[in-house]
Amino acid sequence: MTTRSETDARVKALIEPFNKKGIAVVDDTRFAQDLEWDSLTVLDFVATVEDEFDILITMNQQAEIENVGQLVAAVAEMGA
Amino acid sequence: MTDLLSKFDALIAQREELLSTGMTDPFNLVMERVESPTVAICNGKRTILLGTYNYMGMTFDPDVIAAGKQALDEYGSGTTGSRVLNGTYAGHKACEEALKTFYAMDHAMVFATGYQANLGIISTLAGKDDYIILDIDSHASIYDGCALGNANIVPFRHNDVEALEKRLKRVPEGAGKLVVLEGVYSMLGDVAPLKEMVAVAKAAGAMVLVDEAHSMGFIGENGRGVAEAQGVIDDVDFIIGTFSKSVGTVGGFCVSNHPKFEILRLVCRPYVFTASLPPSVVATAATSILKLMQGADKRAHLWDNSRKLHAGLKALGFQLGTETPQSAIIAVIMPNLEQGAAMWEALLHEGLYVNLARPPATPANMTLLRCSLCAEHSADQVDQILKMFEAAGRATHIIS
Repeated sequence: MTTRSETDARVKALIEPFNKKGIAVVDDTRFAQDLEWDSLTVLDFVATVEDEFDILITMNQQAEIENVGQLVAAVAEMGA
Repeated sequence: MTDLLSKFDALIAQREELLSTGMTDPFNLVMERVESPTVAICNGKRTILLGTYNYMGMTFDPDVIAAGKQALDEYGSGTTGSRVLNGTYAGHKACEEALKTFYAMDHAMVFATGYQANLGIISTLAGKDDYIILDIDSHASIYDGCALGNANIVPFRHNDVEALEKRLKRVPEGAGKLVVLEGVYSMLGDVAPLKEMVAVAKAAGAMVLVDEAHSMGFIGENGRGVAEAQGVIDDVDFIIGTFSKSVGTVGGFCVSNHPKFEILRLVCRPYVFTASLPPSVVATAATSILKLMQGADKRAHLWDNSRKLHAGLKALGFQLGTETPQSAIIAVIMPNLEQGAAMWEALLHEGLYVNLARPPATPANMTLLRCSLCAEHSADQVDQILKMFEAAGRATHIIS
């Protein structure tokens, strides 16, 4: 079991290659509005996170996740 | 008051901008007369149809027309009722028998449209705690079926066998799993690696549903689709199809060998809570389906057409959705929506109708001119089509 801060660091590291605008990524950073990801980028990124943590993030769960903090919490909750 | 339609303002503005240039609205074309499966009169002009999905050209088949007229005379214009109440006529049973014969399967269930077949079967099979693992490029009717059933939805990268396998392994132990695939993907006309995907799904204990809407009638030895062509049809639990493509009318269906299949007639809401197809429609469908079984020559000609158009467009310098012709759909990739719409209009002026496909219906935000060939297109027509593409492509500077 990893700690929340480790999960946080791993998720943020996965965001970087997709952070084309080079903005500072914090818990409140929103995927659609702030990172300006389209649906294809979201698909690629979600697949990356799923593979990194060996989890599934269903579309139902994705609909509830708007920002980085929520994603980290969801990944941590899935026991990653 | 919040105007609930204000959420569409961006789309309204985009359309207004496009149409303010005086361009013909690609989504408002009217066919004034239809001469044959391949020719119609649009805006007073004789136009070759290359965007109808009428793959086998059955819409004007004399036997099909005669069956429809006879049913109209004998059974009237409509059933005015659900299949489970007053809406099952002899013709509906005959149509389901024709499907069972065509697919050599034990069960067939006919829906009002292909959209409703996906909506009904997927939502009824996979409920709240079940998992649907589906290709990201799946048709809207598949996504809507997933949403209606409240299942957990897990998409994987288009046609990626490894991505499917990984996700199947992560589904919680004991959860119901439905893998949803398509034989031919309608936007690019590419075929799925069903052989590998069905094997992976079965190994993981999942049930498999394949939508063969764009392959029925001409792919596979008996025209049963990509699953037949790749030798895995016996491992597919449910096949979804439509009457509005090769069959040449309207309606949808599911065929299956599952021993409990018939119960779906009582629990599938988009089957129960809607009126059944009119008698003339099921009569035309049944006649057409049985005739498609003898369609080997037409199938061969359709493939000739597809290969010829694909090679010709490629030689002209157009960018196509697939390297090789994989189906009767050939997608021509446009640089952007504006040039795509201009090319679409230039083709219409030449006397050719194709589909303009744009995001969000398309993968990777592409704008496509989607061509679907018909077994009734003559070799001459394919030559004319290529000339029209050349002229329109040069006029709009999409090719040099």
